[in-house]
Amino acid sequence: MRRLSYRQALREAFDEELARDPMVMLMGEEVAQYNGAYKVTEGLWTKWGDKRVMDTPISEAGFIGMGVGASMLGVRPVMELMFWSFYTVAWDQIINNAGMVRYMSGGLINCPIVIRGPANSGTNVGATHSHTPESVIAQFPGMKCVVPATAYDAKGLMKAAIRDNDPVMFMENTLLYGEEWDVPDNSELPGGELVIPLGVADIKREGSDLTLVCHGRAVLTCLKAAEILQNEHGISAEVVDLRSIRPLDEETIFNSVRKTHRLICVDENKPFGSIGSQIAAMVQQHCFDDLDAPVLRVNSLDAPAFYSPPIEKIQNPTPEVVVARALEIC
Amino acid sequence: MSAPITSKPVKHADAAINKSLSVEKKRALYRDLCRIRRFEQISLKYYNAGKMGGFLHLYIGQEAVAVGCVSLMGENDHIITAYRDHGHALAVGMDMNACMAELFGKRTGCSKGKGGSMHYFAPDKNYWGGHGIVAGQTPLGTGLAFGLKYKGLKGAAMAFLGDGAVNQGSFHESLNLAALFELPIVFIIENNGYSMGTSQKRSSAYPSCLAERAVGYGMAWKQLNGEDLYEVRAGVHDALERARNEHKPMLLEISTYRYQGHSVADANKFKYRTKEEVERYEREHDPVGIFKAHLLRDGTLDEAAATAIDQAAITEAEAAAQFATQSAFPEPAEIFDDVYWEVDQKTESGQTGRHFFND
Repeated sequence: MRRLSYRQALREAFDEELARDPMVMLMGEEVAQYNGAYKVTEGLWTKWGDKRVMDTPISEAGFIGMGVGASMLGVRPVMELMFWSFYTVAWDQIINNAGMVRYMSGGLINCPIVIRGPANSGTNVGATHSHTPESVIAQFPGMKCVVPATAYDAKGLMKAAIRDNDPVMFMENTLLYGEEWDVPDNSELPGGELVIPLGVADIKREGSDLTLVCHGRAVLTCLKAAEILQNEHGISAEVVDLRSIRPLDEETIFNSVRKTHRLICVDENKPFGSIGSQIAAMVQQHCFDDLDAPVLRVNSLDAPAFYSPPIEKIQNPTPEVVVARALEIC
Repeated sequence: MSAPITSKPVKHADAAINKSLSVEKKRALYRDLCRIRRFEQISLKYYNAGKMGGFLHLYIGQEAVAVGCVSLMGENDHIITAYRDHGHALAVGMDMNACMAELFGKRTGCSKGKGGSMHYFAPDKNYWGGHGIVAGQTPLGTGLAFGLKYKGLKGAAMAFLGDGAVNQGSFHESLNLAALFELPIVFIIENNGYSMGTSQKRSSAYPSCLAERAVGYGMAWKQLNGEDLYEVRAGVHDALERARNEHKPMLLEISTYRYQGHSVADANKFKYRTKEEVERYEREHDPVGIFKAHLLRDGTLDEAAATAIDQAAITEAEAAAQFATQSAFPEPAEIFDDVYWEVDQKTESGQTGRHFFND
């Protein structure tokens, strides 16, 4: 099995989808001639040219709205936000136009778009560049939201996102772009390509005593925590990677909780209305009799992102914090 | 004081685009003006009778802009506008029954009762709304032009906005993108003088007019008089041809006037402007009256024919109100339709994972 970085896996997904469908095109700030601010789109402009891989000015409301409008005519734009944090200046286009035009038109219109880019804190760039908007986005029916943790998932989910006929908000992570994972070559796959459906969670580590539900980089945090829990405390933690926030694979969560009877939701959202809050609400309702302990959440500490590197490091969930919380209920 | 409507000359009757109009086509233009006027007057009656929710932004007084522009649309031309959208909808040929039923919140409405007055759409007629957020539709219009160019189709987009929208960032971003990427789009400011209750002078900084802002983007611009249907057609035709043939955008500012308030709920409609001002426009600048007078003069219509067209519009609008009254409200189960394409189509994607979170 070959090793591929998260960014290479995304690039492969774009390259394959650009080849598959002439309506697919990439646009965003510095995605073409600059090769991508984070080099995710490196080489694609050289290969595909101006029409398919297009630089835009720094004008998020303008070019996101333009992509939404073009999608109504059947173009399938994949639009990069250099940071997902910049969603704030394109909010009306994303929510009111991409997210609601189908509903308000009584189903006459759909927007097959992907908006993508890194959505993480932890890189010492201050609060304005450190948003994790998946919980905010998932608030809106009409939206789909995907947050892959590995290169394998990033490639397969991106291909599904591009093929989806609803607006998909695809959240990557600058701290994961360089991480390498096993990603099969298409020749090794039965169907000849890697497509992972939205709405299917993945059990990244099996366990029997405790369920850790997580997504994005928090999956890596939980895998480390699970290792510590096993090695130092003899506690077997199951790590459920949501991969897709909306649609959400509730069955995998419920089945895991019914097996382990304990749940901690770990994500890098702020706690109020986090993804973990939603899951806690669902689990207490549907798995009440299966629970042996209160559902806990581990989130980013509830203040804007701190700049100072050593402080920001502890603002996000760490394996140590997850272990400590686990020991409270195991 | 301007000339009364009956003696007001129509300019540009000799422009090729107008001179080539057949008698039947000229009558159809008049019919379109009357249908919009009567539809809105009758919708106002039912609004005041409590048959509708929310807002009702009426287009009365501005009809020649939508009718003139839409009359120029070809197969690959597309339009999009803001919330004062009934005129454009009827001009592109949307069904009056469905438009009225939407106001009544009925399932037979053009958006199945999900959009209301501000959110009419007819993609099959190249009409993309009907948008509630001021200037929010301008990037979408830019995208329609982008889509045309991307697909190699010869056509143009028209993005309508009010004079109150020119100060929104999304509009300026749209102008920049359209000029930068050489997109086939005509931005049309329907300047009725007031952004809600704030006059143009109190809301915008400008050199000689709003359209001149195009200069900052290296874009051509022009002012047109919206009371004169032929002037609208002549000016917009040139802009559309330029967009279609040269992929050059243009910013047009068409002066017009709304007789009603910003919406029917505009409690101050005679506070930020005088009753005399409104009456003067109705008397001297009414686009329906001016065009009718022209058609009477050039022999396209006589009084009896004009009255018959207008009467038919009243009858049609009243029938639409009856249709809307008799239609059923949507079922509660319809709340979850039309949220996700994949769910509606029952695709594998639409049936994988949970999409709705009600319990």
